[in-house]
Amino acid sequence: MKILILGAGQVGSSAAYHLSREESNEVTVVDMRPEVLRELQDRLDIRTVVGHAAHPEVLDRAGANDADIVVALTDTDETNMVACQVAYTLFHTPTKIARIRAAEYMNAKNLFTQDAIPVDVRISPEQLVCEYVEQLILYPGASQVLDFAGGRVRLVGVKSDRDGLLVGQRIATLKEHIPNTEGRIAAIYRQGKAMLPEGDTVIQDGDEVFFIADRKDIRVFMSEMRRLEDPVRRVVIAGGGNIGLRLALALEQTNQVKIIERDQLRARQISEQLNKAIVLVGDAADEELLLEENIDNVDVFCALTNSEEANILSSMLAKRLGSQKVMALINRASYVDLVEAGSIDIAISPQQVTIGSLLAHVRRGDVVKVHSLRRGAAEAIEAIAHGKEGESKVVGRKIEDIDLPKGAAIVTLVRDGQVIIAHHDTVIQTDDHVILFLTDRRKIEKLEKLFQVGVSFV
Amino acid sequence: MNWTVVQRILGLLLMMFSLTMLPPVIIAIIFDEASWLPFVEGFGLTLAAGLVIWLPVHRSRKDLRLRDGFLVVAAFWTVLGTFGAAPLYFADSITMSLTDAIFESMSGLTTTGATVLTGLDELPKSILYYRQQLQWLGGMGIIVLAVAVLPMLGVGGMQLYRAETPGPVKDTKLTPRITETAKALWYVYLAFTITCAVSYVIAGMGWFDALCHAFSTVAIGGFSTHDMSIGYFGSTAVDLVAIVFMFAAGINFSLHFYAWRYVSIKHYSQDTEFRAYAMILIVLSFLVVAGLFYHQSYASPGDTIINGMFQAVSIATTTGFTTANYASWPAALPVLLLFASFIGGSAGSTAGGIKVIRCLLIYKQGLREIVRLVHPSAEIPVKLGNKAVQFRVVDAVWGFFSVYIVVFVVLMLAIMATGLDQVTSFSAIAATLNNLGPGLGDVSSGFMTLSDPAKWIAIAGMLLGRLEIFTLLVLITPTFWRH
Repeated sequence: MKILILGAGQVGSSAAYHLSREESNEVTVVDMRPEVLRELQDRLDIRTVVGHAAHPEVLDRAGANDADIVVALTDTDETNMVACQVAYTLFHTPTKIARIRAAEYMNAKNLFTQDAIPVDVRISPEQLVCEYVEQLILYPGASQVLDFAGGRVRLVGVKSDRDGLLVGQRIATLKEHIPNTEGRIAAIYRQGKAMLPEGDTVIQDGDEVFFIADRKDIRVFMSEMRRLEDPVRRVVIAGGGNIGLRLALALEQTNQVKIIERDQLRARQISEQLNKAIVLVGDAADEELLLEENIDNVDVFCALTNSEEANILSSMLAKRLGSQKVMALINRASYVDLVEAGSIDIAISPQQVTIGSLLAHVRRGDVVKVHSLRRGAAEAIEAIAHGKEGESKVVGRKIEDIDLPKGAAIVTLVRDGQVIIAHHDTVIQTDDHVILFLTDRRKIEKLEKLFQVGVSFV
Repeated sequence: MNWTVVQRILGLLLMMFSLTMLPPVIIAIIFDEASWLPFVEGFGLTLAAGLVIWLPVHRSRKDLRLRDGFLVVAAFWTVLGTFGAAPLYFADSITMSLTDAIFESMSGLTTTGATVLTGLDELPKSILYYRQQLQWLGGMGIIVLAVAVLPMLGVGGMQLYRAETPGPVKDTKLTPRITETAKALWYVYLAFTITCAVSYVIAGMGWFDALCHAFSTVAIGGFSTHDMSIGYFGSTAVDLVAIVFMFAAGINFSLHFYAWRYVSIKHYSQDTEFRAYAMILIVLSFLVVAGLFYHQSYASPGDTIINGMFQAVSIATTTGFTTANYASWPAALPVLLLFASFIGGSAGSTAGGIKVIRCLLIYKQGLREIVRLVHPSAEIPVKLGNKAVQFRVVDAVWGFFSVYIVVFVVLMLAIMATGLDQVTSFSAIAATLNNLGPGLGDVSSGFMTLSDPAKWIAIAGMLLGRLEIFTLLVLITPTFWRH
């Protein structure tokens, strides 16, 4: 697939990285800064074009003429929108994805239509990150919570500990533990190595367990893996930027929210938008301020400023001062591993959160949702099985008869809004949403082929 | 340094290269010659060596880094020159010392075209074909070929590609994927070779000669299957075909690619380097023809023009085909031609030399200094076409130029120290470092009279010239090996 990425910022670079790793993609990146592009081209097998992302001449040079997808990820919403418009009008690009930050644009009705601003998919990293953090706060103890099938099913990652009811026992006993629930363990990571669970796999202390369950059963499942934590009540957010503000707005009705912002003016601005949350002016790494605001009673401390170093340091400080749990927003992938081994409980990587929504549109076959896990090494995929029996490689077959690549497993099906946990003899029907877990990303092409329908259907 | 990766790729490349010793076997069978055995031996030896290198590390899955790229390319060309010599060394029909065999193989691969063989016309066809094929493989670059056909090189392919491709700006890709870019270049190259061979046949060559000469023409190599080179055919039509294809092969291949992709020739006329390249060849041909007329070297005006043009294009593009013994031409003409070979062809072509674009940039900088003297406070960027050239590139060009001169001087002094006269030394190094082929003085028809040390110096010159010096030079700097 020929992909044009506009903007080589953090999201753009990581999109280029993830997309160019897949052999079938041809990626071209456009940016105004030659030095950034040169550095990118040294690392990745991509082509780069220097120029303004929305200018027709630049897009032409970048090969917009035969591009399948344009992904506009520059810093400015307006450039992104115009770039999509240009790609649509002049080059007839089939799929146009744009990053739109401002909620004002996102909320406007009838704006993003083919005869107005032709953006097929709008991505707002801030919103995605905010929703992501919200889920983590809703399910304390989880390291990742990801939606499938419109939120009906969720994939949850938890670190098991000795207090989990299932820890030390075979997975097959799960049914006896919690009889009336719908869910399944999708994968286990033990010391960084992936294993697809079998009936007699024993969960050990310290494993990272990914399970998929109906939304209502998630807490029950979590209690099987680790001691259930109390619901989060007190939240401190460091950084009143876009993400911080959104999160505060989302949480202030249900939780006690304090938000620390350095800039007086900005603090004033957000305080006007927030109703219940308390806005504090000051430095998030100021020990006095944190103590004064009872940091030792806080359930979650969430560092969401623009500077990742500041996030790391302030959350480490908060942890030492007694905050139950700390999260830090970290862009650089290498930092993520570094801090998660230390005192920071959860590192939030905006790229990883965003990349999934991009990947879903690049996949062949009808893929609704892709979540990138473990820095892109694994993927959870929701695909729709199309075609009739005989045309499709999955429809009408038992799961055990499907030729899945190694490291892939079908975990759950969603049929007409009903969650069906996949067993070896479950037969897949037309229009089922199939949720798969793939521990080896390199097998993705084989997986894609399964869900493509024979030519006769098209 | 990532030894396992370097070793794995080196092994892979050697195994791939071993396959290129099989076509001469087919040629031997076609012509019913007994000379196929050395090629099978060479094939076996190279394949075995590749396997021995590759097997212990074939599971290694690390990525190639920038530094490793240099090492792989430099090591590969050196090793390749050596293994490429195997069939020549084993052959019964010619007796070659190891030095001679390596010289011949390296001269082929680097598209130099200097030879230590005489009596080419009597040699078995398979050996003649093998020499031509070496040139053809070296022309577009055997590593570029490897990048095209070995998908597992991935990002590392880019590092290798950059270490092998000539020219100051190496980041421009024709397509997003390096594999696709390499493939595109080889398709263009292949198309040129076929067209050239067909044109030679139409011009009156036999198919074997046509194929062999097409190989060395588009590779800007200069090997021939006859002692008299292209002059053997004595045909104006053949000369013209050679001129056209030498000229085309000296153009940046990405221009050919664009012309083919967009079915238009406007990319040529818009390219500053191409215009300079064409201008240099036209002016040079004119000067040479005028000089020949003035001294009345040839009886007929037709001969004068065709020989003058042929030699001008052949030497200036660093091909090294001859239709006349240009070394005996009057006055400054031989040296003028030799100096033209320093400029060479365009970046991204199969030609050698410093490359037109670098010379153009240096020339423009010279002009800029003059303007600066008149307007001391003017801000004057160096421009190509309508685009300013980045400082880095301009810097790199200067660096390259000075190192080129230094290397030239060092090699020339070294070869003089083996006891050669000045004209021979100067032209021998110019002919090898620029990947030209024939020189002046003692080396005007070949390098067979040189002593072994002198041949090794020439071999070093050829390799340095083909890899544009830095790829090799970087390996002998302490910085490269420091962790």
